[in-house]
Amino acid sequence: MQKRVTFNGWLLPMLLVLPQLLISAVFFFYPAGQALYQSLFIPDPFGLSSQFVGLGNFEYLLGDKYYRASFFTTALFSTLVTVVSMVPALLLAVLADRLIKGAGTYRTLLIWPYAVAPAVAGVLWLFMFNTRVGVVSWYLGQLGYDWNHVLNDGEAMGLVVVASAWGRISYNFLFFFAALQAVPRSVIEAAAIDGARFWRRFFTIVLPLLSPTTFFLLVVNIVYAFFETFGVIHTITSGGPQQATTILVYKVFSDGFVGQDLGSSAAQSVILLIVVGALTVFQFKFVEKRVHY
Amino acid sequence: MATLTLENVKKSFGKTDVIHGVDLSVNDGEFIVIVGPSGCGKSTLLRMVAGLETVSGGNIEIDGKTVNDLEPMDRDIAMVFQNYALYPHMSVRENMAYGLKVAKVPKPERDEKVAAAAQRLQLTDYLDRKPRELSGGQRQRVAMGRAIVREPAIFLFDEPLSNLDAKLRVQMRLEIKQLQSSLGVTSLYVTHDQVEAMTMADRMIVMNKGLAEQIGTPLEVYENPASLFAAQFIGSPAMNVLKGDVNNQTLSLENGASMPFTSKHQGPVHVGIRPEHIFPADDGILSLASSYAEPLGATTLLHGSLEGSNALLTVNLPGIAVGAGSPGQPHAKKFNFDAAHVHLFDLETGLNCT
Amino acid sequence: MSTQSHSGMVEKRGTSLWLTHALMIAGVLVVFFPIWLAFVASTVTQQEIVQPPMPLLPGGEFINNYTKALTSGVNVPVMTMLINSLIMALGIAIGKIIISLLSAFAIVYFKFPGRTFFFWLIFLTLMLPVEVRIVPTYEVIAGFGLLNSYSGLIFPLIASATATFLFRQFFMTIPDELTEAARLDGARPMRFFIDIVLPMSRTNIAALFVILFIYGWNQYLWPLLITTDPEMNTIVMGIKQMFPSGDDVADWPVIMATSILAMIPPVFVVVSMQKLFIRGLVDSEK
Repeated sequence: MQKRVTFNGWLLPMLLVLPQLLISAVFFFYPAGQALYQSLFIPDPFGLSSQFVGLGNFEYLLGDKYYRASFFTTALFSTLVTVVSMVPALLLAVLADRLIKGAGTYRTLLIWPYAVAPAVAGVLWLFMFNTRVGVVSWYLGQLGYDWNHVLNDGEAMGLVVVASAWGRISYNFLFFFAALQAVPRSVIEAAAIDGARFWRRFFTIVLPLLSPTTFFLLVVNIVYAFFETFGVIHTITSGGPQQATTILVYKVFSDGFVGQDLGSSAAQSVILLIVVGALTVFQFKFVEKRVHY
Repeated sequence: MATLTLENVKKSFGKTDVIHGVDLSVNDGEFIVIVGPSGCGKSTLLRMVAGLETVSGGNIEIDGKTVNDLEPMDRDIAMVFQNYALYPHMSVRENMAYGLKVAKVPKPERDEKVAAAAQRLQLTDYLDRKPRELSGGQRQRVAMGRAIVREPAIFLFDEPLSNLDAKLRVQMRLEIKQLQSSLGVTSLYVTHDQVEAMTMADRMIVMNKGLAEQIGTPLEVYENPASLFAAQFIGSPAMNVLKGDVNNQTLSLENGASMPFTSKHQGPVHVGIRPEHIFPADDGILSLASSYAEPLGATTLLHGSLEGSNALLTVNLPGIAVGAGSPGQPHAKKFNFDAAHVHLFDLETGLNCT
Repeated sequence: MSTQSHSGMVEKRGTSLWLTHALMIAGVLVVFFPIWLAFVASTVTQQEIVQPPMPLLPGGEFINNYTKALTSGVNVPVMTMLINSLIMALGIAIGKIIISLLSAFAIVYFKFPGRTFFFWLIFLTLMLPVEVRIVPTYEVIAGFGLLNSYSGLIFPLIASATATFLFRQFFMTIPDELTEAARLDGARPMRFFIDIVLPMSRTNIAALFVILFIYGWNQYLWPLLITTDPEMNTIVMGIKQMFPSGDDVADWPVIMATSILAMIPPVFVVVSMQKLFIRGLVDSEK
């Protein structure tokens, strides 16, 4: 936790941590405290005063069918994003790992989408599936499939999932590729000499060795789907149709800023805070283990 | 040029005492080696002199001035670290000049001093290289160069040769010693290697469990070890120790043999005999069973168990003392030694009681 | 295929090698298609797009569309938004690196009252994205009168400790002997920080810069909330503002040109600093 060798004095280190502490206090701890505080009140309709309701906002939320639906939507959404971003990434990484020449070029090309902002990714995918001008939706129409994510819940969900997962394929690919390159060649060779064929080697040897990476990516992708996909949803569906793609983070925004329901929005923030906290603890416990692995 | 005095210097980490009170007086220009096994407190002692560890008790004086509470930079010392501790992003020149730069020595003077030190250490051609581009021995020289450009009152060395291979170690050992005597700077040198201690020290401190077991010249420690620990730690191969008993004018050993012996000490005792003081003799009182010979060329080591006891014995014979037809089989089976070469150590305290 | 071996291994048969390349190329094409399509759309006329299917190869309107986007845009010239994004991304990356370096140095190299407390305080801010504390943070910024300002865009996004953690981890790997050698050389703490710690952290700083620049550039929700003045829009959030409300037809070529412009800086940073970026990514997620 600390060095054997340290400098003396307390004023200098205090000055050094001060900027970070001030910024954290003003833009992090105070707002987080405010969220906690506001979650216990209901403001009156004119916003002039507010009434203490204890855990009333939370009770209301948990009883609210829209909020519960949003929970379900978030779970479905993040599961799909995780699967859709990890499986192709693993396949591409396995392919790239089999190549001696050219793997670097493919990697360079595959990195691109990671740099594309989720909101911009949303615009790109919206453009492809746009009901009026979209190329993909037009060809689907030629095949007899009438694509309309503006009206169809499932298609809306599918589109935001794919748009969200797209950039993550790059990210997951980088990690899988690095992990595959780190698998000791001698292990693979030993298995080959034992007579195991490629796919058998992959499932019995390589995949288990990848499990720390896989597990890590699982957590990171879930966190991503929970919190960083706002831009995708906002650009493509705005949470619709009929809240079919309103994930929890989107609901905090729409209840707080669009609906001006501050108490409820704050309570939702607190619930999200708990979810993030749990995921963080989970991840750190896991990271600890990974260090010992 | 300086003297160094330690008075009852103690160190504890929390409730654990690691150094129990060491006294030492170092003369100007003297080369002192602190030797002992790992964990004996030798490095901690050195680091206290450097000012990198606080002093828990006692007094450290440099040139008669107490330095206990001075910062390292104010003590007029320089240190060579085990891992060299060269700044990886700086060139050899910058590494050597850094201390002078911090001390605001003008650049021309800095360059001059670095050039002189580089010349002395044969580093002139490497001044613009980074440490990673140097061999282990060269890095070692840079670490020395960094120490000498500052012209300190005292050099401190913390196991500086332990990362080098055996051949280089012998060479650097000589270089360090020559450098030190030509500069005449008071030096404190920590090592766990008794050969370094024997070959380099003007005087050595044998440390064990936070105590100075003995302070003396290498030959004093070798010929007159103050304690069983010092006796066994200094000298290679290590001194043989047998159980024995002194009664009147007779020393009897655990194998049942006895010999005439005069000593103040009476009763049971540890009997120490160096391997090189044992010689073959047909009427010898030590007979080796199942012995094995290691011919080293200049000498031959015999290892075996002492007949009539469970003790193991090592004998160091000059020349090649192995049967030609049967390698590993020594010529001799019976050995003897001179009473003059016997060291007695108290069973309880381990102190020399010859 | 089933006898194909791991890279670097004995057998490597022709057909399956080509198959691997073919699959890989197919994968890259699929992943690349959205970007390609956006590029094509940014080089054709509005007419060609609104009468589907649009062409799949670039047209001749590249200069027209990009000039129009950069100089007039829809609400505000894209040039303005690019500059805003650049200031925000640089502000976040540089600001966060500076405060993190300082506090990590204090936490690792000093023993001072409250050190452990500060450490945990900073630790608490890890990973809690701005999205979660969005309403109260907005109120704080509004209270300071920082809506529509660069400070308002930047400060809330540097209030997390990921970078501090990373630097702390790196500083822990700097050998103690170097610190001791510096002390013996007479370097006081800040001198040691500037002469030894900073130069040794160069690659870490660069890698983190890449990650933070992209993080800052790609922000969406926060600029959306606090920049009501189009002059302060960033490019990533500004694209959505270019879509007309109601049934009007969007100006697709300009929007797509803007999308391409929005991804050029981060893609350039990532691709040109690929090695550093990958290292930074793998380190920061450890």
